[in-house]
Amino acid sequence: MLRFIARRLLETIPVLFIIVTATFFMIRFVPGGPFTAEKAVTPEVMRNLERAYNLDKPLWRQYAGYLGKVVFHGDLGPSFKYPNRTVNEIIADKLPVSLELGAWAMLIALGLGLPLGIIAAIKRNTFMDYLCSAFGMIGICVPTFVLGPLLALSLGIYLHLFNVSGWYGPTDRILPGVTLGFVYAAYVMRLTRGGMLEVLNQDFIRTARAKGASEFRVIFRHAIRGGLLPVVSFLGPAIAGILTGSFVIETIFQIPGLGREFVNSAFNRDYTLVLGTVILYATLLIGLNLVVDVVQVWLNPKLKFE
Amino acid sequence: MPSLSPHSLPAADLTPDQLEQGTSLWRDAWARLRKNRLAVTGGLVLLVLTVLCVCGPWFSQTYQDQNLNLGATPPGAAHWLGTDTLGRDLFARMLYGGRISLMVGLVATFVALTIGVTYGAVAGFLGGKTDRVMMRIVDIMYALPFTIFVILLMVFMKEPSEKLDGWLRGTLHLEGLQGVGNMVLLFAAIGAVEWLTMSRIVRGQVLSIKRMEFIEAARSLGYGRRRIIFRHIIPNVLGPIIVYATLTVPAVMLLEAFLSFLGLGVQPPMSSWGALIKDGAEKMEEFWWLLVFPGSVFSLTLFSLNFLGDGLRDALDVRASKD
Repeated sequence: MLRFIARRLLETIPVLFIIVTATFFMIRFVPGGPFTAEKAVTPEVMRNLERAYNLDKPLWRQYAGYLGKVVFHGDLGPSFKYPNRTVNEIIADKLPVSLELGAWAMLIALGLGLPLGIIAAIKRNTFMDYLCSAFGMIGICVPTFVLGPLLALSLGIYLHLFNVSGWYGPTDRILPGVTLGFVYAAYVMRLTRGGMLEVLNQDFIRTARAKGASEFRVIFRHAIRGGLLPVVSFLGPAIAGILTGSFVIETIFQIPGLGREFVNSAFNRDYTLVLGTVILYATLLIGLNLVVDVVQVWLNPKLKFE
Repeated sequence: MPSLSPHSLPAADLTPDQLEQGTSLWRDAWARLRKNRLAVTGGLVLLVLTVLCVCGPWFSQTYQDQNLNLGATPPGAAHWLGTDTLGRDLFARMLYGGRISLMVGLVATFVALTIGVTYGAVAGFLGGKTDRVMMRIVDIMYALPFTIFVILLMVFMKEPSEKLDGWLRGTLHLEGLQGVGNMVLLFAAIGAVEWLTMSRIVRGQVLSIKRMEFIEAARSLGYGRRRIIFRHIIPNVLGPIIVYATLTVPAVMLLEAFLSFLGLGVQPPMSSWGALIKDGAEKMEEFWWLLVFPGSVFSLTLFSLNFLGDGLRDALDVRASKD
């Protein structure tokens, strides 16, 4: 297993290198810079600005300098749009908010999806099953950017139960978390139902029942491990979706997280902030995917670390 | 596909055996699909929506007719679904927006389909080392934050796409082609993301079919490679491709709406359902209808596409998981 992890980590290096390089050159080859949006400045001021941010050097030297700083010092450079702030500071400031939002969403996705999926599988083809399956379909077909504003409109504006925007008290976590987690709860429910149904039809379950194991024991000792496999392999895409999904959620609910910052930084041509967030998101995603892969093999003896 | 119905043939010429032959994979599938009420309803809803969006604008007001004195009015007799803050008829805007959304869904899916099927078929058919390298690349790309790249592409390629737009209008004098550069960019960006799963599915199918006995039989009959691929392999992969394509359309439309919601998709004065939802979400406190109607129609479309896709999957008996 250690060899598997080590090899995957080694593979990550060229991937990250390609991501950084591709992003760096893609955002640089396009006309317009971080200072073009501001009021017309005299050529001298422009030159000074460019010198201050190393933009006057040839592109390959900027690239080499940037890469060196990132690799050897973990320094993502100064932000172009926020004077006197470094990208590292901005990320340290905003990332925890996005991570917390993502954690709430994940909690809702699993906390809602798993029980409903198991119930639907046990009570197959009953009213309960149809109810749960309907929930699964609604979750998949009502996208976050429809659900979020609708929840804000009904529960926030009409019923005054929640704040429509902001990130202050604990109740401010509910609407964004539910909105972001809902879609994934639906997917988790469908996958749990399918996985459990497949396992419950297998011989070893019949054996367990024949031995007189209680229904509770059959489901939670014997079936659940195999039944949850599809959910585990879905966690990788789910994590990616929740990370990027938070861009929209943070916009809808005015949450000061990294997702909104990233979209703004792209609009503002804040080169270093764009690069920094891309590197961070890529590392996070690749790392979490690796964790998911390890858990998957650990749960399913049929798979092996190759 | 015109199927051979036994009734259209002189019955006297047919032995009972030949009558049995009339049932093909496709006819079976069609019969199964027709029994699936949800899938049929989904298909019908899609048909109605498509006809409305394609033909409706010929009879309604244009999407950009403004009436600033009117402002935002709630749904009523004159404007069935109300008007937006610029006094534009919401129903007309939804019809035009639907055109764009549906077109993006179809064209971007087609782009993803072309890339994915070619890539997957080549990898599966060649096999061996080529296959391993090609699929490893797909594996690695799966782990990438692709939505982020699409966002970057949409922001940073905006000016080049506008240049393309200006060039098209300037040299070809096609004023109607407003925003084409932007659309091309949208198709390319979305198509570049959505082909990965398709390539995996096609490769898996090609791999398993390649080893089947009827391919062996075709080989032993001396058929060439091309004939084997096009007459024997492709028709047998078509089922999964159709099913997955139907399920890719909602995914693509979702991505387009996601981009439009962030202000990166279709640019004003043009509109798509995603852009209308964004607009509605900003003004929902005073004008609820601007959010509720576009949101409902969009969700209804996703519902229909998913039901139809699920129905097709069951009908064609494809054992591929949804993701």
